Amino acid sequence: MPLLDAGGRFVADRFHRFNSGEATDHPCVLVSLADLPAVLAVRGDQEIGVEIANTVEIAALAPHFDALALIGIAFPAYADGRGFSLAKRLRRDGFTGTLRAIGPLIADQFAYALACGFDEVELPEANAARQPAEHWVKAAAAFSATYQRGYAREASILDQRRAARLEGRNG
Amino acid sequence: MYRYDEFDERFVRERVAQFRDQVNRRLSGAITEDEFKPLRLKNGVYLQLHAYMLRIAIPYGTLSARQLRQLALIGEKFDRGYGHFTTRQNLQFNWPRLRDVPEILDLLADVEMHCIQTSGNCIRNVTADQFSGVAADEIEDPRPVAELIRQWSSAHPEFSYLPRKFKIAVTGAAHDRAAVKVHDIGLRIVRNTAGETGYEIIVGGGLGRTPMIGKVVRDFLPKGDLLAYLEALMRVYNAEGRRDNKYKARVKILVHEIGIEEFQARVEAEFAALDRTTINADREEVARIAAYFAAPPYEKRPAVSQTYQAARAANPAFAAWADVNVTPHKAPGYAALTISLKGIGAVPGDMTSEQMRAAAGLAERYSFGELRVTHAQNLVLPHVAQDDLFAVWKALGNARLAEANVGLITDIIACPGLDYCALATARSIPIAQALSQRFADPARQREIGPLGIKISGCINACGHHHVGNIGILGLEKRGEESYQITLGGDATENAALGDILGPGLTAAEVPDAIERLVEVYLGQRNTGEAFIDTVRRLGIAPFKAAFLQEIDHAAA
Repeated sequence: MPLLDAGGRFVADRFHRFNSGEATDHPCVLVSLADLPAVLAVRGDQEIGVEIANTVEIAALAPHFDALALIGIAFPAYADGRGFSLAKRLRRDGFTGTLRAIGPLIADQFAYALACGFDEVELPEANAARQPAEHWVKAAAAFSATYQRGYAREASILDQRRAARLEGRNG
Repeated sequence: MYRYDEFDERFVRERVAQFRDQVNRRLSGAITEDEFKPLRLKNGVYLQLHAYMLRIAIPYGTLSARQLRQLALIGEKFDRGYGHFTTRQNLQFNWPRLRDVPEILDLLADVEMHCIQTSGNCIRNVTADQFSGVAADEIEDPRPVAELIRQWSSAHPEFSYLPRKFKIAVTGAAHDRAAVKVHDIGLRIVRNTAGETGYEIIVGGGLGRTPMIGKVVRDFLPKGDLLAYLEALMRVYNAEGRRDNKYKARVKILVHEIGIEEFQARVEAEFAALDRTTINADREEVARIAAYFAAPPYEKRPAVSQTYQAARAANPAFAAWADVNVTPHKAPGYAALTISLKGIGAVPGDMTSEQMRAAAGLAERYSFGELRVTHAQNLVLPHVAQDDLFAVWKALGNARLAEANVGLITDIIACPGLDYCALATARSIPIAQALSQRFADPARQREIGPLGIKISGCINACGHHHVGNIGILGLEKRGEESYQITLGGDATENAALGDILGPGLTAAEVPDAIERLVEVYLGQRNTGEAFIDTVRRLGIAPFKAAFLQEIDHAAA
C-alpha cells in the first residue's frame, strides 16, 4: 500500500509483508506479532518489522526492540487515537527503529503522528488517491509552532519563550 | 486578563487558515464528510436542526469589553442579532452560514478569540469559577492555571483523537462555583500542611446518561508537575478508555470499571516513567502567565460604602436586586455583580447584540473593562465599586438586564433543546419560560430563596439536570414529550445527583408539579434553611408523596 515518508513524499515500501509458511528470505520482512518469535528464531541478516494492534502491551515487545528495524502500529480508524499514545510510549521506552502508522489517517493527523514519534504512514490506496502528497506537506506545516513540550518536533512555543527570556537576560 | 503574545496570535491565525484549508479539501473531495466532521467540530462548527451553530470559546469565562463588542457585531452581521451563553461559559451563535464561518473566525482572532476545541473528542474549553481573582474565599486565582491548560491542550498531538470529549474545570476557592466534581477532571487549588499551594485532582465526574461524581485521584500535586501529570492521566485514558461504545467512552466509565485505585496506580506508574522536566512549564512561564491576572488598579475605598447603603435604604427594588445579584469582593469597597440573563419568560442565556454593547459599556466604565461568564449562563461585572452599584443597576434596567433573580428559582439553566439541537428529544426553553412566568413574582422568589432548576432536553444532560436542586429531563415517549423530575442534585462542593421522583409529566403539568415541591419546602423548612438543605434533612419522601399526589390529581 502507498507509503508516505516523514517529508510527505510517497516512497517505495522496502518491507515485504510476510505470510505464515512463506520463506523469510526477503531482505526486509514485516510480520505479525504472532509470527514474530518464529521469524526471529530463523532470521538471517534480514531486517525484521512487526505490525501490531494499537492495544499491544509494550512489555510484549520490549525484549525484541534491538532485533526490530520497524514497528507498524495499526490505526483501525483515523479517529482512533490510541496509536499516538502507543508510539509515544515506544519511543519513551527506547525503541529507536522506524515507527510506521498503518491505516486510513488523514493529512491533518500527519503533524501529530510525526510529533508522537512516527516516521512514516502507510495508507490504503483509496485514501492516498484522495490526498496527494502536497496535502500532507501543507497540513504538516499548518502551525509554525505549538505549545506542548516533549514531543518530537521543533522548539515548542514554551521553549521559544524561554529562549527569548534567556536572550533578553544575556543581551 | 491574559493577552496574546506573538506566538498565541500566530497560532490562532494559523488555526483559521487551517480551517479554511480543511473546508477547501472537503469541497474538493480530498477528505470525506466523515473525515471532515471531527475537523469542523474541533473548530466549534455543529450542524443543528435548522442551521449550523458556531460555538465560541470564552476560556475560563473571562471576557473583555472589547471582545463582547466584537461578539455583538458578529451577532448582528452574521446571526439574528443575539448570541447564547452556554453552561460551559461559551457563546453560541445559532444561525451563521457555513460560508461565513472563516470570516467570523477572522473577526474573533482580531480580538484574541477562537473556536478551538469547543467540540469534538478532545480536551474542551477549560472552565473556572466566575469569581476567580475576586472571591473572598479564594486560596489562589485559578485563571493562570486555566490559561496554562488552555495553551497546553490546544492542538495536542497525542490527545486530539480521544475516545470522547474531555472537560476540565478549575477552582481556587473553598466554595465550588465551577462544578469541578462533575467534570472529567476537576482541579482544586489547595494548601498542604507545609503551607504550599498545589492541586487536588478529581477525575471521572460527569453527567450525560451515566452521571457520576468525580473521585480524588491525587490529593496534592505540586504545581510545577501539572503538565506532566495531565499528560500521564490523559495517556492512560487515551490508551485505555473504551472505544467500542460512545456512551461508555468517557473517562468516568473507565474509572468506574477498573476502580479509582487501579486508575490511580496506572496514572502514577505513567507519571513515574515520564521525564517531567521535558514536559512541565518552567516557573518563569507560569509567572509570565500569572502576571496577566494581577489585580486591576483598585482605588482605596472604605470597606462599607455609605453611598451604597443610602441607595439601598432609599430604593427597595435596588436593595432587593443587590441582595441576590451582588457578591462580596476581596478588595475593600468593591463588589462583583452578576447580570442575570434570565429575564422573566426569556430564553436562559440569550443576549441581544444591543444588550452586549450595553454590558460592554458598563464594564468599560465601572469594571476595568472586564466581564465573566458563569456556568449558570449569566454574566458578571467582576470589579464594581460599591459607590457605583446604584448607577450600574439603573443602566442595566434600561437594557432590560436588571432581573433580580440570581440563584433564585427563575435563574434557570436550560440547554437549547429541541428548538435548536439535533440531539434533543424534547424542548427545554419553553419549560424554562413557563416556570419563569409561574414564579415571576419577585417577592415570592425571594421568599423561596436559593433554588436551582436545571433543564436538559435529552439524556446528554447539557442542562446539568442531574445536579439541579430540581432537575428536569425532557424525553420522548411514544411521540410525546415527557419530563422526568429529579430532586436533591447539587453541583457544588457538596455535589450530589438528584433522585427521580416518579413518572414523567407532560410539558403542561410541569409548573404545577414544581409548585407542589416548593410548597412542601415552604411548609417544612427551618428558619433560614435553603431548599437543598431541607431536602437533605428530610430526604425525598415528603416531596415524592406530594409529587405523586399531584400526578393523581392531574390524571383525575
